[in-house]
Amino acid sequence: MSPVMNTLVFEDFKPGRLGSFGPRRVTREEILAFAAEFDPQPMHLDEEAASRSMLKGLSGSVWHLCSIIMRMMCDGFIGRTASLGSPGVNELRWLAPLRPGDELMLDVDVAEARVSRSRPATGIVTFRAVVNNAAGQALCEMVSPIIVRRRDEAAAEQAG
Amino acid sequence: MRFFEDIEVGQRRELGSFTFAAEGIKKFAAQFDPQRFHLDEEEGRKSLFGGLAASGWHVGSACMKLLVADGQRLAREAAARGEEIAIWGPSPGFRELRWIRPVLAGDTISFATEVLSLRSSSSRPEWGILEARNTGTNQRGELVFSVLATAFVPRRNSKS
Repeated sequence: MSPVMNTLVFEDFKPGRLGSFGPRRVTREEILAFAAEFDPQPMHLDEEAASRSMLKGLSGSVWHLCSIIMRMMCDGFIGRTASLGSPGVNELRWLAPLRPGDELMLDVDVAEARVSRSRPATGIVTFRAVVNNAAGQALCEMVSPIIVRRRDEAAAEQAG
Repeated sequence: MRFFEDIEVGQRRELGSFTFAAEGIKKFAAQFDPQRFHLDEEEGRKSLFGGLAASGWHVGSACMKLLVADGQRLAREAAARGEEIAIWGPSPGFRELRWIRPVLAGDTISFATEVLSLRSSSSRPEWGILEARNTGTNQRGELVFSVLATAFVPRRNSKS
């Protein structure tokens, strides 16, 4: 596992704006496919039932939206980060439904970056991610930490 | 599915189990979470996870799948008794999602849900708000997943 030269390490993440990622278009077909496999509630699968639901129209599973956010974060920066995984999600708020055809943009801030007490060769970077549709309406806000290797450790690995 | 009035704090339901095969782990990861430890056995072994590990979003989605299946089972039972079926609403979010231990290829996770709190919705009087702790436990009895999830649950005699 030799990190490439531009791999982002813990020290690269400072509190503040990280960036905007996307757009990512979500099709009706993928909404139906995810719902059929993991969340087969009528509001995610059937137009008629969905029109009578609280969300008033076909909407994507919230777990689908979370998974899409994960992919947008991977494509945006985690894919080139010395990421060691995530212990969880502190808080997640679903603000508006995901609709077929939505073009999503993801805005990411670094909320906090601190060295891990239990694993001093790593740091914990907490991100605040907000996903918006093309109209600028926020669909979901997530606060989530990931564990990132520190620079010294990455350098030692490269040397070794 | 049950109505708000039929639910009590502390009620627990076993939701069944889900086995994470290597192929399924890689397929989900390739689509939503293409980090090396979710895609390749050798990379997984070298990672903090110690083996090919399922994306945390795959684990959460599997829990959702079993929650929906359990709700559909309850709905069929209610229909067989000639009772009215409660159709649950969407979730406004969750908090304290914890990926406590890795879910590795071949692991079978048993999921359960326990009602933590019930309150009325001030903005939507025909709905109640339920908070539940959903958990996943592996075949060795170790807790691997936990989340405090919120959902809108319909009240029995409110058709407004």
